[in-house]
Amino acid sequence: MILSIWIPPMRRLLGWLLAAAMMLASGVASAHPHVWITASSELLYAEDGSITGVRHAWTFDDMFSAYAVQGLESKKKGAYTREELGPLAQTNVESLKEYAYFTFAKADGKKERFQEPVDYFLDYKDTVLTLHFTLPLKNPVKPKQLVLEVFDRSFFIDFQMAKDNPVKLVGAPSGCQMKLDRPSDGTATAQKLNEQTFTDGPNANFGMMFANKITVDCP
Amino acid sequence: MKPHLSPLWRGFLACVAVLLAVGVADAAFHEVFAQNPFGAPKSAQAVEPEASGLIGWLLAKQSEFYRQMSATIRAAKSDGSAVWTLLFISFAYGIFHAAGPGHGKAVIASYLVANRETARRGIALSFASALMQSLVAILIVGISAWILNATAKTMCRAEGAIEIASYALIALFGLRLVWVKGGTFIRALQATQPVPAIAGVPHHHDHSHHHDAHDHHHHAHHHHAQDHVHDEHCGHSHGPVPSELAGPGGWRRGFAAILTVGIRPCSGAILVLVFALAQGLFWAGIAATFLMGLGTAITVAAIAVLAVSAKDVAARLSGARDGGGALFMRGLEFGAAALVLLFGAGLLLGYIAAERTTCF
Repeated sequence: MILSIWIPPMRRLLGWLLAAAMMLASGVASAHPHVWITASSELLYAEDGSITGVRHAWTFDDMFSAYAVQGLESKKKGAYTREELGPLAQTNVESLKEYAYFTFAKADGKKERFQEPVDYFLDYKDTVLTLHFTLPLKNPVKPKQLVLEVFDRSFFIDFQMAKDNPVKLVGAPSGCQMKLDRPSDGTATAQKLNEQTFTDGPNANFGMMFANKITVDCP
Repeated sequence: MKPHLSPLWRGFLACVAVLLAVGVADAAFHEVFAQNPFGAPKSAQAVEPEASGLIGWLLAKQSEFYRQMSATIRAAKSDGSAVWTLLFISFAYGIFHAAGPGHGKAVIASYLVANRETARRGIALSFASALMQSLVAILIVGISAWILNATAKTMCRAEGAIEIASYALIALFGLRLVWVKGGTFIRALQATQPVPAIAGVPHHHDHSHHHDAHDHHHHAHHHHAQDHVHDEHCGHSHGPVPSELAGPGGWRRGFAAILTVGIRPCSGAILVLVFALAQGLFWAGIAATFLMGLGTAITVAAIAVLAVSAKDVAARLSGARDGGGALFMRGLEFGAAALVLLFGAGLLLGYIAAERTTCF
Protein backbone atom coordinates (compact mmCIF):
# COMPACT_ATOMS: atom_id res chain seq x y z
CA MET A 1 0.00 0.00 0.00
CA ILE A 2 1.02 3.55 -0.63
CA LEU A 3 0.88 4.19 3.08
CA SER A 4 4.28 2.74 3.76
CA ILE A 5 5.82 5.05 1.20
CA TRP A 6 4.33 8.28 2.36
CA ILE A 7 4.43 7.72 6.07
CA PRO A 8 8.15 8.50 6.42
CA PRO A 9 7.87 11.91 4.71
CA MET A 10 4.78 12.50 6.76
CA ARG A 11 6.78 11.84 9.87
CA ARG A 12 9.45 14.17 8.72
CA LEU A 13 6.84 16.82 8.06
CA LEU A 14 5.43 16.13 11.47
CA GLY A 15 8.85 16.56 12.98
CA TRP A 16 9.16 19.83 11.17
CA LEU A 17 5.79 20.97 12.41
CA LEU A 18 6.70 20.01 15.94
CA ALA A 19 9.92 21.96 15.71
CA ALA A 20 8.08 24.99 14.36
CA ALA A 21 5.50 24.61 17.08
CA MET A 22 8.11 24.46 19.80
CA MET A 23 9.80 27.52 18.43
CA LEU A 24 6.57 29.41 18.34
CA ALA A 25 5.64 28.19 21.78
CA SER A 26 8.70 29.78 23.21
CA GLY A 27 8.07 32.91 21.23
CA VAL A 28 4.38 33.50 21.68
CA ALA A 29 4.48 33.25 25.39
CA SER A 30 5.48 36.78 26.08
CA ALA A 31 3.64 40.01 26.32
CA HIS A 32 5.62 43.15 26.05
CA PRO A 33 5.40 46.31 28.03
CA HIS A 34 2.98 49.02 27.03
CA VAL A 35 3.97 51.39 29.78
CA TRP A 36 7.44 52.44 30.80
CA ILE A 37 8.18 53.78 34.22
CA THR A 38 11.39 55.39 35.36
CA ALA A 39 11.45 54.97 39.09
CA SER A 40 13.42 56.44 41.91
CA SER A 41 12.80 55.25 45.42
CA GLU A 42 13.62 56.30 48.93
CA LEU A 43 13.83 53.97 51.86
CA LEU A 44 12.53 55.75 54.92
CA TYR A 45 14.13 55.07 58.29
CA ALA A 46 12.92 55.98 61.76
CA GLU A 47 15.27 57.37 64.34
CA ASP A 48 15.79 53.98 65.91
CA GLY A 49 17.12 52.69 62.61
CA SER A 50 14.06 50.71 61.61
CA ILE A 51 12.62 50.97 58.13
CA THR A 52 9.16 52.52 58.08
CA GLY A 53 8.35 52.58 54.40
CA VAL A 54 9.20 53.38 50.83
CA ARG A 55 8.67 56.60 48.92
CA HIS A 56 8.40 56.22 45.15
CA ALA A 57 8.58 58.71 42.33
CA TRP A 58 7.49 57.05 39.10
CA THR A 59 7.82 58.88 35.82
CA PHE A 60 5.69 57.51 32.99
CA ASP A 61 6.66 57.49 29.33
CA ASP A 62 5.19 60.22 27.16
CA MET A 63 2.76 57.97 25.32
CA PHE A 64 1.17 56.76 28.52
CA SER A 65 1.29 60.26 30.00
CA ALA A 66 -0.64 61.62 27.02
CA TYR A 67 -3.14 58.80 27.45
CA ALA A 68 -3.51 59.41 31.17
CA VAL A 69 -4.20 63.13 30.89
CA GLN A 70 -6.62 62.67 27.99
CA GLY A 71 -9.86 64.46 28.74
CA LEU A 72 -8.62 66.10 31.93
CA GLU A 73 -9.54 69.74 32.31
CA SER A 74 -6.85 72.30 32.87
CA LYS A 75 -6.85 76.07 33.04
CA LYS A 76 -3.80 76.31 30.84
CA LYS A 77 -3.71 74.15 27.76
CA GLY A 78 -0.97 71.55 27.87
CA ALA A 79 -0.19 72.18 31.53
CA TYR A 80 -1.69 70.48 34.53
CA THR A 81 -1.39 71.55 38.14
CA ARG A 82 -1.09 69.17 41.04
CA GLU A 83 -4.70 70.00 41.99
CA GLU A 84 -6.00 69.32 38.49
CA LEU A 85 -4.22 65.98 38.57
CA GLY A 86 -5.51 65.17 42.06
CA PRO A 87 -8.36 62.87 41.02
CA LEU A 88 -6.07 61.02 38.60
CA ALA A 89 -3.47 60.50 41.31
CA GLN A 90 -6.14 59.08 43.55
CA THR A 91 -7.32 56.70 40.82
CA ASN A 92 -3.73 55.65 40.29
CA VAL A 93 -2.96 54.71 43.86
CA GLU A 94 -6.33 53.04 44.28
CA SER A 95 -5.79 50.93 41.18
CA LEU A 96 -2.25 50.08 42.12
CA LYS A 97 -3.51 48.23 45.16
CA GLU A 98 -4.57 45.34 42.94
CA TYR A 99 -0.97 44.97 41.82
CA ALA A 100 0.53 45.28 45.30
CA TYR A 101 2.02 48.59 44.15
CA PHE A 102 4.52 46.54 42.15
CA THR A 103 6.67 46.77 45.26
CA PHE A 104 7.81 43.70 47.14
CA ALA A 105 9.82 43.81 50.35
CA LYS A 106 11.58 41.09 52.26
CA ALA A 107 13.20 41.66 55.62
CA ASP A 108 15.74 38.95 56.39
CA GLY A 109 13.92 36.72 53.97
CA LYS A 110 10.46 37.36 55.42
CA LYS A 111 7.81 38.99 53.26
CA GLU A 112 6.67 42.37 54.52
CA ARG A 113 3.39 44.04 53.70
CA PHE A 114 2.57 47.63 52.96
CA GLN A 115 -0.25 49.85 54.08
CA GLU A 116 -2.25 51.95 51.66
CA PRO A 117 -0.26 54.79 50.10
CA VAL A 118 -0.10 58.21 51.69
CA ASP A 119 1.13 61.62 50.51
CA TYR A 120 0.43 60.89 46.89
CA PHE A 121 0.32 63.37 44.04
CA LEU A 122 1.07 63.68 40.35
CA ASP A 123 3.02 66.32 38.55
CA TYR A 124 3.22 67.01 34.85
CA LYS A 125 6.44 68.33 33.42
CA ASP A 126 7.91 68.15 29.91
CA THR A 127 4.86 66.21 28.70
CA VAL A 128 5.38 63.41 31.20
CA LEU A 129 3.63 62.53 34.43
CA THR A 130 5.35 61.61 37.65
CA LEU A 131 3.49 59.84 40.43
CA HIS A 132 4.78 60.38 43.93
CA PHE A 133 3.59 58.24 46.78
CA THR A 134 4.69 56.77 50.09
CA LEU A 135 4.08 53.17 51.05
CA PRO A 136 4.30 52.73 54.82
CA LEU A 137 5.25 49.26 55.98
CA LYS A 138 2.53 47.58 58.03
CA ASN A 139 5.14 46.85 60.67
CA PRO A 140 8.40 48.79 60.69
CA VAL A 141 11.32 46.40 60.53
CA LYS A 142 14.95 46.49 61.48
CA PRO A 143 16.48 43.66 59.50
CA LYS A 144 20.08 42.86 58.80
CA GLN A 145 19.13 42.61 55.17
CA LEU A 146 16.26 44.23 53.34
CA VAL A 147 15.44 43.29 49.78
CA LEU A 148 13.08 45.52 47.86
CA GLU A 149 11.95 44.62 44.39
CA VAL A 150 10.07 46.82 42.00
CA PHE A 151 8.59 45.17 38.95
CA ASP A 152 5.46 44.08 37.13
CA ARG A 153 5.12 40.33 37.03
CA SER A 154 3.09 40.47 33.86
CA PHE A 155 5.54 42.86 32.26
CA PHE A 156 2.78 45.17 31.07
CA ILE A 157 4.81 47.87 32.74
CA ASP A 158 8.55 48.07 32.31
CA PHE A 159 10.16 49.48 35.44
CA GLN A 160 13.60 51.01 35.16
CA MET A 161 15.32 52.64 38.07
CA ALA A 162 16.47 56.17 37.31
CA LYS A 163 20.00 56.69 36.07
CA ASP A 164 20.81 59.27 38.70
CA ASN A 165 20.05 58.64 42.34
CA PRO A 166 17.85 55.61 41.80
CA VAL A 167 17.71 54.74 45.46
CA LYS A 168 18.17 56.89 48.50
CA LEU A 169 18.36 55.77 52.09
CA VAL A 170 16.75 58.47 54.17
CA GLY A 171 17.99 58.50 57.74
CA ALA A 172 19.61 55.09 57.59
CA PRO A 173 22.00 54.12 60.36
CA SER A 174 25.62 54.55 59.40
CA GLY A 175 27.27 51.44 58.03
CA CYS A 176 24.27 50.40 55.91
CA GLN A 177 25.24 49.33 52.43
CA MET A 178 22.90 49.63 49.47
CA LYS A 179 23.20 47.60 46.29
CA LEU A 180 21.01 47.91 43.19
CA ASP A 181 20.66 45.13 40.64
CA ARG A 182 18.90 46.39 37.59
CA PRO A 183 17.77 44.62 34.48
CA SER A 184 19.99 46.73 32.23
CA ASP A 185 17.44 46.60 29.43
CA GLY A 186 14.98 44.15 27.93
CA THR A 187 17.46 42.70 25.47
CA ALA A 188 20.32 42.10 27.80
CA THR A 189 18.06 40.67 30.45
CA ALA A 190 16.21 38.44 28.08
CA GLN A 191 19.39 37.09 26.66
CA LYS A 192 20.52 36.14 30.11
CA LEU A 193 17.39 34.09 30.54
CA ASN A 194 18.35 30.49 30.42
CA GLU A 195 17.43 27.34 32.17
CA GLN A 196 19.56 28.08 35.14
CA THR A 197 17.73 31.30 35.77
CA PHE A 198 14.47 29.43 35.93
CA THR A 199 15.53 26.63 38.12
CA ASP A 200 17.06 29.16 40.39
CA GLY A 201 14.55 28.84 43.22
CA PRO A 202 12.87 32.11 44.04
CA ASN A 203 13.80 33.54 40.69
CA ALA A 204 11.81 30.95 38.81
CA ASN A 205 9.45 33.58 37.58
CA PHE A 206 9.44 35.39 34.29
CA GLY A 207 8.52 38.85 35.59
CA MET A 208 11.32 38.65 38.11
CA MET A 209 13.75 38.83 35.25
CA PHE A 210 12.76 42.41 34.89
CA ALA A 211 12.86 43.17 38.56
CA ASN A 212 14.89 45.96 40.01
CA LYS A 213 16.37 44.53 43.13
CA ILE A 214 17.48 46.81 45.92
CA THR A 215 19.43 45.17 48.71
CA VAL A 216 20.34 46.98 51.90
CA ASP A 217 22.66 45.33 54.38
CA CYS A 218 23.01 46.87 57.80
CA PRO A 219 25.44 45.81 60.50
CA MET B 1 6.98 -6.59 6.07
CA LYS B 2 6.03 -3.06 5.42
CA PRO B 3 7.06 -0.71 8.17
CA HIS B 4 3.90 1.11 9.02
CA LEU B 5 2.78 2.62 12.24
CA SER B 6 0.09 1.13 14.36
CA PRO B 7 -3.11 3.14 14.44
CA LEU B 8 -2.53 3.90 18.08
CA TRP B 9 0.91 5.28 17.44
CA ARG B 10 -0.33 7.29 14.49
CA GLY B 11 -3.14 8.62 16.57
CA PHE B 12 -0.73 9.59 19.27
CA LEU B 13 1.56 11.41 16.87
CA ALA B 14 -1.37 13.15 15.30
CA CYS B 15 -2.63 14.16 18.67
CA VAL B 16 0.71 15.60 19.67
CA ALA B 17 0.94 17.52 16.42
CA VAL B 18 -2.44 19.11 16.70
CA LEU B 19 -2.19 19.83 20.38
CA LEU B 20 1.08 21.59 19.81
CA ALA B 21 -0.12 23.52 16.84
CA VAL B 22 -3.19 24.71 18.65
CA GLY B 23 -1.28 25.13 21.84
CA VAL B 24 1.31 27.45 20.46
CA ALA B 25 -1.44 29.42 18.89
CA ASP B 26 -1.74 31.24 22.13
CA ALA B 27 0.24 31.63 25.26
CA ALA B 28 -2.99 31.35 27.12
CA PHE B 29 -2.96 27.68 26.39
CA HIS B 30 0.34 27.39 28.12
CA GLU B 31 -0.83 29.19 31.12
CA VAL B 32 -3.76 26.89 31.62
CA PHE B 33 -1.26 24.22 32.42
CA ALA B 34 1.40 26.37 33.95
CA GLN B 35 -0.91 27.63 36.60
CA ASN B 36 -2.73 26.08 39.41
CA PRO B 37 -6.26 27.25 38.71
CA PHE B 38 -7.04 27.49 42.39
CA GLY B 39 -3.77 29.02 43.38
CA ALA B 40 -2.61 32.40 42.36
CA PRO B 41 -4.80 35.43 42.62
CA LYS B 42 -4.97 37.65 39.59
CA SER B 43 -2.25 40.03 40.53
CA ALA B 44 0.18 37.33 41.43
CA GLN B 45 -0.02 35.40 38.24
CA ALA B 46 3.02 33.49 37.32
CA VAL B 47 3.81 34.55 33.85
CA GLU B 48 5.08 32.06 31.34
CA PRO B 49 8.25 30.68 32.80
CA GLU B 50 9.69 29.64 29.47
CA ALA B 51 12.06 31.93 27.78
CA SER B 52 14.96 31.83 25.45
CA GLY B 53 16.96 34.04 23.19
CA LEU B 54 14.01 34.06 20.85
CA ILE B 55 11.66 35.48 23.44
CA GLY B 56 14.21 38.09 24.31
CA TRP B 57 14.55 38.99 20.70
CA LEU B 58 10.80 39.15 20.13
CA LEU B 59 10.34 41.23 23.26
CA ALA B 60 13.12 43.55 22.32
CA LYS B 61 11.82 43.99 18.79
CA GLN B 62 8.27 44.68 19.91
CA SER B 63 9.37 47.12 22.54
CA GLU B 64 11.68 48.79 20.10
CA PHE B 65 9.02 49.31 17.46
CA TYR B 66 6.45 50.33 20.01
CA ARG B 67 8.67 52.86 21.67
CA GLN B 68 9.63 54.35 18.34
CA MET B 69 6.00 55.08 17.63
CA SER B 70 5.60 57.97 20.04
CA ALA B 71 8.79 59.62 18.84
CA THR B 72 7.77 59.13 15.22
CA ILE B 73 4.31 60.60 15.78
CA ARG B 74 5.93 63.62 17.40
CA ALA B 75 8.31 63.93 14.48
CA ALA B 76 5.41 63.69 12.04
CA LYS B 77 4.01 66.93 13.44
CA SER B 78 6.75 68.91 11.78
CA ASP B 79 8.03 66.47 9.19
CA GLY B 80 5.42 64.80 7.01
CA SER B 81 7.79 62.10 5.80
CA ALA B 82 7.99 60.69 9.32
CA VAL B 83 4.48 59.33 8.67
CA TRP B 84 5.97 56.75 6.33
CA THR B 85 8.33 55.67 9.07
CA LEU B 86 5.38 55.46 11.42
CA LEU B 87 3.47 53.25 9.01
CA PHE B 88 6.42 50.94 8.57
CA ILE B 89 7.02 50.71 12.30
CA SER B 90 3.35 50.01 12.95
CA PHE B 91 3.31 47.23 10.40
CA ALA B 92 6.45 45.61 11.80
CA TYR B 93 5.12 46.00 15.31
CA GLY B 94 1.88 44.29 14.32
CA ILE B 95 3.76 41.30 12.96
CA PHE B 96 5.85 40.84 16.08
CA HIS B 97 3.18 41.78 18.52
CA ALA B 98 0.60 39.30 17.30
CA ALA B 99 2.99 36.51 18.22
CA GLY B 100 2.29 37.44 21.84
CA PRO B 101 -0.75 36.49 23.85
CA GLY B 102 -4.20 37.55 22.80
CA HIS B 103 -5.19 38.52 19.31
CA GLY B 104 -7.36 35.47 19.02
CA LYS B 105 -4.82 33.07 17.63
CA ALA B 106 -6.04 30.34 19.92
CA VAL B 107 -9.66 30.98 19.11
CA ILE B 108 -9.14 31.13 15.38
CA ALA B 109 -6.83 28.12 15.29
CA SER B 110 -9.14 26.02 17.47
CA TYR B 111 -12.15 27.10 15.47
CA LEU B 112 -10.46 26.10 12.23
CA VAL B 113 -9.51 22.70 13.61
CA ALA B 114 -12.91 22.08 15.17
CA ASN B 115 -14.80 23.05 12.04
CA ARG B 116 -12.50 21.38 9.54
CA GLU B 117 -11.96 24.65 7.79
CA THR B 118 -9.49 25.23 5.00
CA ALA B 119 -6.28 27.17 5.33
CA ARG B 120 -7.66 29.73 2.91
CA ARG B 121 -10.58 30.41 5.19
CA GLY B 122 -8.19 30.59 8.09
CA ILE B 123 -6.32 33.36 6.34
CA ALA B 124 -9.54 35.18 5.50
CA LEU B 125 -10.76 34.91 9.09
CA SER B 126 -7.43 36.20 10.42
CA PHE B 127 -7.52 39.25 8.19
CA ALA B 128 -11.18 39.99 8.83
CA SER B 129 -10.81 39.75 12.60
CA ALA B 130 -7.67 41.90 12.62
CA LEU B 131 -9.47 44.51 10.55
CA MET B 132 -12.32 44.47 13.01
CA GLN B 133 -9.90 44.84 15.92
CA SER B 134 -8.46 47.93 14.28
CA LEU B 135 -11.90 49.37 13.63
CA VAL B 136 -13.00 48.79 17.23
CA ALA B 137 -9.89 50.54 18.56
CA ILE B 138 -10.49 53.50 16.25
CA LEU B 139 -14.16 53.65 17.20
CA ILE B 140 -13.42 53.54 20.93
CA VAL B 141 -10.91 56.36 20.76
CA GLY B 142 -12.79 58.26 18.06
CA ILE B 143 -16.05 58.30 19.97
CA SER B 144 -14.87 58.52 23.55
CA ALA B 145 -11.75 60.65 23.29
CA TRP B 146 -12.23 62.67 20.14
CA ILE B 147 -15.98 63.30 20.15
CA LEU B 148 -16.86 63.03 23.85
CA ASN B 149 -13.47 64.08 25.25
CA ALA B 150 -13.76 61.38 27.87
CA THR B 151 -10.97 60.79 30.34
CA ALA B 152 -8.54 57.90 30.26
CA LYS B 153 -10.40 56.42 33.21
CA THR B 154 -13.66 56.27 31.26
CA MET B 155 -11.94 54.92 28.20
CA CYS B 156 -10.15 52.30 30.19
CA ARG B 157 -13.41 51.24 31.78
CA ALA B 158 -14.99 50.92 28.36
CA GLU B 159 -12.02 48.88 27.28
CA GLY B 160 -12.36 46.70 30.36
CA ALA B 161 -16.06 46.15 29.69
CA ILE B 162 -15.36 45.19 26.09
CA GLU B 163 -12.66 42.85 27.31
CA ILE B 164 -15.07 41.04 29.62
CA ALA B 165 -17.64 40.91 26.84
CA SER B 166 -15.08 39.43 24.49
CA TYR B 167 -14.14 36.74 27.00
CA ALA B 168 -17.80 35.92 27.45
CA LEU B 169 -18.17 35.73 23.68
CA ILE B 170 -15.23 33.34 23.44
CA ALA B 171 -16.81 31.15 26.11
CA LEU B 172 -20.19 31.22 24.35
CA PHE B 173 -18.59 30.53 21.02
CA GLY B 174 -16.73 27.62 22.59
CA LEU B 175 -19.91 26.37 24.19
CA ARG B 176 -21.66 26.32 20.85
CA LEU B 177 -18.73 24.52 19.21
CA VAL B 178 -18.65 22.01 22.06
CA TRP B 179 -22.36 21.42 21.70
CA VAL B 180 -22.15 20.78 17.96
CA LYS B 181 -18.85 18.91 17.96
CA GLY B 182 -19.71 16.96 21.09
CA GLY B 183 -22.82 15.65 19.34
CA THR B 184 -20.82 14.65 16.30
CA PHE B 185 -18.20 12.99 18.44
CA ILE B 186 -20.72 11.03 20.46
CA ARG B 187 -22.47 9.87 17.30
CA ALA B 188 -19.15 8.80 15.83
CA LEU B 189 -18.44 7.01 19.08
CA GLN B 190 -21.73 5.18 18.98
CA ALA B 191 -21.36 4.42 15.32
CA THR B 192 -17.93 2.87 15.38
CA GLN B 193 -18.79 -0.08 17.55
CA PRO B 194 -21.83 -1.45 15.74
CA VAL B 195 -20.53 -0.67 12.28
CA PRO B 196 -18.29 -3.68 11.66
CA ALA B 197 -20.97 -6.07 12.85
CA ILE B 198 -23.83 -4.46 11.01
CA ALA B 199 -22.12 -3.46 7.86
CA GLY B 200 -19.74 -6.36 7.75
CA VAL B 201 -17.74 -4.75 5.01
CA PRO B 202 -14.00 -4.27 5.01
CA HIS B 203 -12.94 -0.76 5.79
CA HIS B 204 -9.87 -0.72 3.67
CA HIS B 205 -10.97 1.56 0.92
CA ASP B 206 -8.28 2.89 -1.29
CA HIS B 207 -9.96 6.20 -1.82
CA SER B 208 -8.05 9.35 -1.68
CA HIS B 209 -8.87 10.91 1.62
CA HIS B 210 -9.40 14.56 1.37
CA HIS B 211 -12.18 14.65 3.85
CA ASP B 212 -10.83 17.64 5.69
CA ALA B 213 -11.57 19.78 2.67
CA HIS B 214 -15.24 19.12 3.11
CA ASP B 215 -17.43 20.69 5.58
CA HIS B 216 -20.13 18.46 6.87
CA HIS B 217 -23.02 19.94 8.68
CA HIS B 218 -23.59 16.99 10.90
CA HIS B 219 -25.98 18.79 13.09
CA ALA B 220 -28.10 19.45 10.05
CA HIS B 221 -28.53 15.79 9.18
CA HIS B 222 -27.85 13.98 12.36
CA HIS B 223 -30.88 11.77 11.93
CA HIS B 224 -28.96 9.74 9.40
CA ALA B 225 -25.52 10.25 10.80
CA GLN B 226 -25.33 6.52 11.43
CA ASP B 227 -25.48 5.77 7.75
CA HIS B 228 -22.88 8.32 6.90
CA VAL B 229 -20.12 7.40 9.21
CA HIS B 230 -18.05 5.78 6.48
CA ASP B 231 -18.77 8.59 4.15
CA GLU B 232 -17.06 10.97 6.41
CA HIS B 233 -13.72 9.41 6.05
CA CYS B 234 -14.13 7.90 2.68
CA GLY B 235 -14.48 11.20 0.99
CA HIS B 236 -17.90 10.90 -0.61
CA SER B 237 -19.18 14.30 -1.26
CA HIS B 238 -22.41 15.05 0.41
CA GLY B 239 -21.32 18.15 2.24
CA PRO B 240 -20.92 21.51 0.62
CA VAL B 241 -18.23 21.65 -2.03
CA PRO B 242 -15.31 23.92 -1.19
CA SER B 243 -16.51 26.73 -3.42
CA GLU B 244 -19.67 27.00 -1.39
CA LEU B 245 -17.68 27.81 1.69
CA ALA B 246 -16.92 31.25 0.43
CA GLY B 247 -20.61 31.86 -0.16
CA PRO B 248 -22.83 33.91 2.09
CA GLY B 249 -23.61 30.96 4.33
CA GLY B 250 -19.91 30.28 4.80
CA TRP B 251 -19.26 33.82 5.84
CA ARG B 252 -22.17 33.79 8.20
CA ARG B 253 -20.57 30.89 9.99
CA GLY B 254 -17.22 32.60 10.04
CA PHE B 255 -18.73 35.81 11.29
CA ALA B 256 -19.12 34.45 14.79
CA ALA B 257 -15.38 33.77 14.88
CA ILE B 258 -14.57 37.21 13.47
CA LEU B 259 -16.80 38.93 15.99
CA THR B 260 -15.47 36.90 18.88
CA VAL B 261 -11.89 37.71 18.10
CA GLY B 262 -12.30 41.12 16.58
CA ILE B 263 -14.33 42.79 19.28
CA ARG B 264 -11.40 43.19 21.60
CA PRO B 265 -9.06 45.95 20.57
CA CYS B 266 -5.36 45.91 21.26
CA SER B 267 -4.49 48.21 24.12
CA GLY B 268 -1.34 49.21 22.27
CA ALA B 269 -3.44 50.55 19.42
CA ILE B 270 -5.58 52.54 21.83
CA LEU B 271 -2.55 54.14 23.44
CA VAL B 272 -1.12 55.05 20.05
CA LEU B 273 -4.45 56.51 18.92
CA VAL B 274 -4.87 58.64 22.03
CA PHE B 275 -1.30 59.81 21.77
CA ALA B 276 -1.76 60.72 18.11
CA LEU B 277 -4.96 62.54 19.01
CA ALA B 278 -3.15 64.52 21.68
CA GLN B 279 -0.56 65.51 19.10
CA GLY B 280 -3.31 66.64 16.73
CA LEU B 281 -2.49 63.85 14.30
CA PHE B 282 -5.41 61.54 14.83
CA TRP B 283 -5.41 60.48 11.19
CA ALA B 284 -1.81 59.29 11.52
CA GLY B 285 -2.87 57.20 14.50
CA ILE B 286 -5.69 55.71 12.46
CA ALA B 287 -3.34 54.83 9.62
CA ALA B 288 -0.89 53.32 12.10
CA THR B 289 -3.68 51.25 13.65
CA PHE B 290 -4.68 49.77 10.29
CA LEU B 291 -1.07 48.92 9.50
CA MET B 292 -0.70 47.29 12.91
CA GLY B 293 -3.82 45.28 12.10
CA LEU B 294 -2.34 44.20 8.80
CA GLY B 295 0.84 43.02 10.50
CA THR B 296 -1.19 41.22 13.14
CA ALA B 297 -3.27 39.53 10.47
CA ILE B 298 -0.18 38.15 8.76
CA THR B 299 1.11 36.51 11.93
CA VAL B 300 -2.28 35.17 12.98
CA ALA B 301 -2.87 33.84 9.46
CA ALA B 302 0.49 32.07 9.56
CA ILE B 303 -0.44 30.40 12.83
CA ALA B 304 -3.88 29.52 11.49
CA VAL B 305 -2.30 27.86 8.46
CA LEU B 306 0.07 25.99 10.76
CA ALA B 307 -2.85 24.70 12.82
CA VAL B 308 -4.79 23.62 9.73
CA SER B 309 -1.71 21.89 8.27
CA ALA B 310 -1.04 20.06 11.50
CA LYS B 311 -4.63 18.94 11.57
CA ASP B 312 -4.37 17.74 7.96
CA VAL B 313 -1.31 15.74 8.88
CA ALA B 314 -3.20 14.29 11.81
CA ALA B 315 -6.11 13.47 9.56
CA ARG B 316 -3.90 11.68 7.07
CA LEU B 317 -2.00 9.80 9.74
CA SER B 318 -4.99 8.65 11.70
CA GLY B 319 -7.84 8.59 9.27
CA ALA B 320 -6.14 6.75 6.49
CA ARG B 321 -7.57 3.35 7.07
CA ASP B 322 -10.07 2.60 9.70
CA GLY B 323 -13.14 3.87 11.47
CA GLY B 324 -11.00 4.54 14.50
CA GLY B 325 -9.27 7.27 12.56
CA ALA B 326 -12.51 9.04 11.81
CA LEU B 327 -13.47 8.70 15.42
CA PHE B 328 -10.13 10.11 16.39
CA MET B 329 -10.63 13.12 14.16
CA ARG B 330 -14.08 13.76 15.62
CA GLY B 331 -12.48 13.55 19.03
CA LEU B 332 -9.84 16.01 17.96
CA GLU B 333 -12.42 18.45 16.68
CA PHE B 334 -14.31 18.08 19.90
CA GLY B 335 -11.09 18.72 21.81
CA ALA B 336 -10.43 21.86 19.80
CA ALA B 337 -13.96 23.04 20.52
CA ALA B 338 -13.45 22.33 24.21
CA LEU B 339 -10.24 24.33 24.09
CA VAL B 340 -12.12 27.41 22.90
CA LEU B 341 -14.56 27.01 25.76
CA LEU B 342 -11.67 26.55 28.16
CA PHE B 343 -9.97 29.72 26.92
CA GLY B 344 -13.15 31.70 27.25
CA ALA B 345 -13.90 30.44 30.73
CA GLY B 346 -10.29 30.82 31.82
CA LEU B 347 -10.07 34.38 30.57
CA LEU B 348 -13.43 35.26 32.04
CA LEU B 349 -12.55 33.90 35.47
CA GLY B 350 -9.12 35.47 35.41
CA TYR B 351 -7.14 32.25 35.45
CA ILE B 352 -5.57 33.07 32.15
CA ALA B 353 -4.08 36.44 31.54
CA ALA B 354 -4.22 37.63 28.01
CA GLU B 355 -2.82 41.04 27.48
CA ARG B 356 -4.79 42.57 30.25
CA THR B 357 -6.10 46.06 30.32
CA THR B 358 -4.46 47.87 33.19
CA CYS B 359 -6.28 50.96 34.32
CA PHE B 360 -4.43 53.10 36.71
